[in-house]
Amino acid sequence: MAQKSRQMIDPAEVNGWGVDADPRNDPTYPMRNRAGDTKGGMDWDRPPLQRADIEVLRSMEYNRRPAVFGTSSAPSGISGMVRRAAFGYSESDWRHWLMLLGADRINMVEGIVEDLSRGHVPNLPAEMGMGAEWRHNRDGLVRKLAIGAGVVVVAAALWGRKDHHRSHARRPLRRLR
Amino acid sequence: MLAADYRGPHRVRASSKPEPVIRHPRDAIVRVTRSCVCGSDLHLYHGLVPDTRIGMTFGHEFCGIVEEVGAEVTNLKPGDHVLVPFNIACGQCHFCKQGLFGNCHESNPQATAVGGIFGYSHTAGGYDGGQAEYVRVPYADVGPTLIPDWMDPDDAVMLTDVVPTGYQAAEMGGIQMGDTVVVFGAGPVGIMAARCAWLFGAGRVIVIDHLDYRLDFARRYAPAEVYNFQAIDDMAVFIKKQTDGLGADVCIDAVGGDASGSGVRTVLGKKMKLEAGSAIALHWAINSVKKGGVVSIVGVYGPTGNMIPIGNVLNKGITIRANQASVKRLLPRLIEHVREGRIDPKALITHRIPLEEISDAYHMFSAKLDDCIKPVLYPNGGR
Ligand SMILES: NC(=O)c1ccc[n+]([C@@H]2O[C@H](COP(=O)([O-])OP(=O)(O)OC[C@H]3O[C@@H](n4cnc5c(N)ncnc54)[C@H](O)[C@@H]3O)[C@@H](O)[C@H]2O)c1
Ligand SMILES: [Zn+2]
Ligand SMILES: [Zn+2]
Repeated sequence: MAQKSRQMIDPAEVNGWGVDADPRNDPTYPMRNRAGDTKGGMDWDRPPLQRADIEVLRSMEYNRRPAVFGTSSAPSGISGMVRRAAFGYSESDWRHWLMLLGADRINMVEGIVEDLSRGHVPNLPAEMGMGAEWRHNRDGLVRKLAIGAGVVVVAAALWGRKDHHRSHARRPLRRLR
Repeated sequence: MLAADYRGPHRVRASSKPEPVIRHPRDAIVRVTRSCVCGSDLHLYHGLVPDTRIGMTFGHEFCGIVEEVGAEVTNLKPGDHVLVPFNIACGQCHFCKQGLFGNCHESNPQATAVGGIFGYSHTAGGYDGGQAEYVRVPYADVGPTLIPDWMDPDDAVMLTDVVPTGYQAAEMGGIQMGDTVVVFGAGPVGIMAARCAWLFGAGRVIVIDHLDYRLDFARRYAPAEVYNFQAIDDMAVFIKKQTDGLGADVCIDAVGGDASGSGVRTVLGKKMKLEAGSAIALHWAINSVKKGGVVSIVGVYGPTGNMIPIGNVLNKGITIRANQASVKRLLPRLIEHVREGRIDPKALITHRIPLEEISDAYHMFSAKLDDCIKPVLYPNGGR
C-alpha cells in the first residue's frame, strides 16, 4: 500500500497509471504476505507496553520505543557511557557500530574488574573451553603452549638484552641532570 | 539458577543468576529442557556483533516446560512442553501481519533492522536467552508451539532455528525443478539447506566446505555432491566447470561473517573489523551463480558493511534474497515434513552436554573439535 500521509501526487491522475502492474512480479513471495499489509504506517493496534525499570537505549530510527524489550545487562560504567554516546548516531552511521564494538572491549575489562572485586578470580583457560581442547586436540594444545612458551622465552631474552643496552645508554643522560 | 554468562570474546561460563520474572502480560517463564549452540552464537562468541554486553545469557534455540504465564497468555498453560522460535514477534505489527516474524517492529528498541532474538546481544533486543535453566519468553501467545505427542524433543529443538533456516534458504533460492543448487557451508544450516533443496525440486545439489567430516555427513544426509574448497584453486572457475560452463542456477550462502578461505578478508573483516566479518562465501556465491540466477543469503553478517562484487550482481542480473528465518510462518509445513519422515532433524545432533560444561561446548563447536556438528545443552538434566 502506498503511504497516504505524505502523498503529494494522486496516482489516478497520472497518465498510464498501473497499466503494466502484474501481481505475479513479486520477488517477495512467499516470504511476505501482502494480504496482511497494514494500511497506514505505524498505526497498528499496539501490544501493552512493558514498564521500563532499567535503562533501555533506543535506536534513533524509531519514533517510539517498541512495546517489549530485554532486560539483560543494562549499560553501566565507562562502556555504558560509550554506548549511550553511540546511540546518538543512527544504525546507518558507522560511528554507531564502531563505538559499540569499542564499548564491548572496555566492558570485557570491566567484567574482569567486577569478578575480582567480588573476590572471584576468573579461570580464563576453563572459560575458554581449554578442557575440550585438552580432551580432543591434546597435540595441538601442547604445540600451541610450546610455541607460546618459546615466544615468551625469546622475547624475555631480547628484552633483557635491550634493557641491558638501555641501561648503558641512560647513564650519561642521568649524569646530565 | 544456572545460566550461560558471556565474559568476553572466547569466554563463556555457567554462572548462578537470579531466575527470570514475568515483566509483561504476554510473557511466559519457561523451564528449559534443551538448548542448542548455533553458528550464530559463534559470531557473538568471537566478538563480531556490536553491543554484546558482559553478563548476557546466550541461547536462541530451545524448548522447555511452561512454568508460569502472564495475564494475557491464554493459549499456553503451566506444564506444556513447547518449542520456542528464535524470533521474538508481537504478531500484530506491520511486519508480523505479513508473516515477517523475523522483522517484528515491537521487540527490539536497540535496532530497527532486525527484530528481537533471544540471547543475541543488545543489537537484537537485549534478551537473556535459553542457555539457562529458566528463560523469560515475551509474546508467548505468538511464538511458542506445543510439541506434538509423537515428536521427539530433540527434533523439536531443531525446529526452533536450524530446520526453518535451512528450509527458508532453499525457499528463497526460488528453486525450479531440475535446478543446480550450490550450498556454501556444511554446518547444520547448510546441511539442512541442501536437504531441503531436494524438496523444492533441485536436480543437483553441491555442498562446499573445508571440513571433511562435515562434507562426509552432508554427502550421506542431504544427499549431496561435496567438495573441499581447500583443494579448489578458483571457486568461480570450478563451479562453472561443474555446470557446463554457465554457473549454478542458485547459490546459497550458509556461512556468514565467520568464513574462512581468504587471508585478506580474515584480516580485514574478522581481525581488524573493517568489514562486518569475512564475506568470501558470499563473494564466491555471486561469482559462481549463472547470469539471471539467484543468490540466497542466510549466513549472518555484522551491521557495518562488507566488500562484495556488487557490479557483478548488476551485470549478471542476479536476484539476491535474504532474511532471518521466519520460524513461525514455516512451522506447520516443517512439522508435517518431520512427521512424514522427509526431514530427520535430530540426526544432526552430535553432542549432548550438560549446561555446566558450556565453556567446553562453545570451544568445541567453535574449534570444530571431535567432529562436532550440532551441540545441544541439557539444563535441568534434560527433563
Ligand atoms: N538467517 C537465519 O535465520 C539464520 C539462522 C541460523 C543461523 N544462521 C547463520 O547461518 C550460518 C551457518 O550456521 P551454522 O549453525 O551452520 O554454523 P557453523 O559455524 O556450524 O557452519 C558454518 C560452516 O561454514 C564453513 N565455512 C567457512 N568458510 C567457508 C567458505 N568460505 N565456504 C564454504 N564453507 C565455509 C565452516 O567450515 C562451517 O562448517 C551462520 O552465519 C549463522 O549465523 C542464520
Ligand atoms: Zn541459531
Ligand atoms: Zn511484530
